[in-house]
Amino acid sequence: MNHNLLLIIISSAIINNVVLNQFLGICSFLGVSKQMKASASLGVAVIFVITIASGVASLLYDYVLAPLGLDFMKTIVFILVIAALVQIVEMFLKKKSPAIYKALGIYLPLITTNCAVLGVALTNVQDGYNFIESVLSGFGTAVGYTLAIVLLASIRSRIREEDLPAPLRGAPIVLISAALMSIAFMGFGGLSF
Amino acid sequence: MKKYLERLYNGLVKENPTLILMLGMCPTLAVSTRAMNGIGMGLSTTAVLILSNLVISALRKAIPDQVRLPAYIVIVASLVTVTELLIEAYLPSLYEALGIYIPLIVVNCIILGRAEAYANKHSVGLSVMDGLGMGLGFTVALTLAGLLREVLGNGTAFGAQVLPAGVEPMGIFIQPPGAFLIIALIIAVQNALGIKTRQRKLVESGCDGMCAGCTRVCDHAEEVTGK
Repeated sequence: MNHNLLLIIISSAIINNVVLNQFLGICSFLGVSKQMKASASLGVAVIFVITIASGVASLLYDYVLAPLGLDFMKTIVFILVIAALVQIVEMFLKKKSPAIYKALGIYLPLITTNCAVLGVALTNVQDGYNFIESVLSGFGTAVGYTLAIVLLASIRSRIREEDLPAPLRGAPIVLISAALMSIAFMGFGGLSF
Repeated sequence: MKKYLERLYNGLVKENPTLILMLGMCPTLAVSTRAMNGIGMGLSTTAVLILSNLVISALRKAIPDQVRLPAYIVIVASLVTVTELLIEAYLPSLYEALGIYIPLIVVNCIILGRAEAYANKHSVGLSVMDGLGMGLGFTVALTLAGLLREVLGNGTAFGAQVLPAGVEPMGIFIQPPGAFLIIALIIAVQNALGIKTRQRKLVESGCDGMCAGCTRVCDHAEEVTGK
């Protein structure tokens, strides 16, 4: 059992990396990875939100949508729940923990439009995960996202000093760096348990 | 009439959502493994985009400004659910190939982006044409990426063998890294030809404007640093 749960975390964080393998959350991955500090803060905010959102979505699906036969409503319900949840988390942190709020502040409300959050919630349902498995898979996915964005930010801080051919400057070289990271992460595909 | 055709040109060429505005990168990277998937995803998104522009434009005076984003999300999510059910019923092989990326059309930044930037300010007719133009622009870009990946990675185009039998296809191009590489090359070619991508520059907040307006990370950072 524990073996299985560990496998869920490792597989969602590294083997099926959410950004490099499944292409979810690409926008923020490319857009915010310019600075290390911003990337790390966004990463922590994403871990926070995805873990909670996966749990809530899983409970809602198992105890409300599935028993009532409203399976087809899951997209619309999940997206609204995620949007509301992010608002609540933001208000809660603002009130109870100003220090964390200050660190994550600007990144929280925007995670609503990060497709990784909705993507994980939908994948969990598709894979038939229960509550605990969903939370772990959400956590693993978010850790994978953070790992990828922080790595890309550090690669980009090196690239900035280099003399690149003009057409490759800007977006192309970032995408090529991401491609090389993706090749590296493909190596984990051979892991077996 | 000219106004309506201008919308088509704008979406296909001048402000192509994928190639110029760099919106909707997630589906572009994810489903471009085959040219056919690119067309399927592009047309599904186009259908949702036309209808969402139509509904949002028709309701633009009825929706209060404060709750417009949640209202748009509900409209788009409903349309996506309908589209998903239709694809599942009538095109099961496409449903199988696109998988989770069909419901994820909801969070495709092109759709909310056009609602905010165009449909809530313009007439129904123009908004529909805008949706059609943007949708076709997205479809063309996705199909181009899909075609390049399919030819290089699998030796086929739309399922028909095009590379001579002696040429070994480079499998990496239909694997995940190939998606990043192909898009990088397409943008590099554009840069070399002097076609500028339009990204907003917001360097100080850690955003470099890629996918601007989509994550709203940058908009929000702008507000915060502006204060």
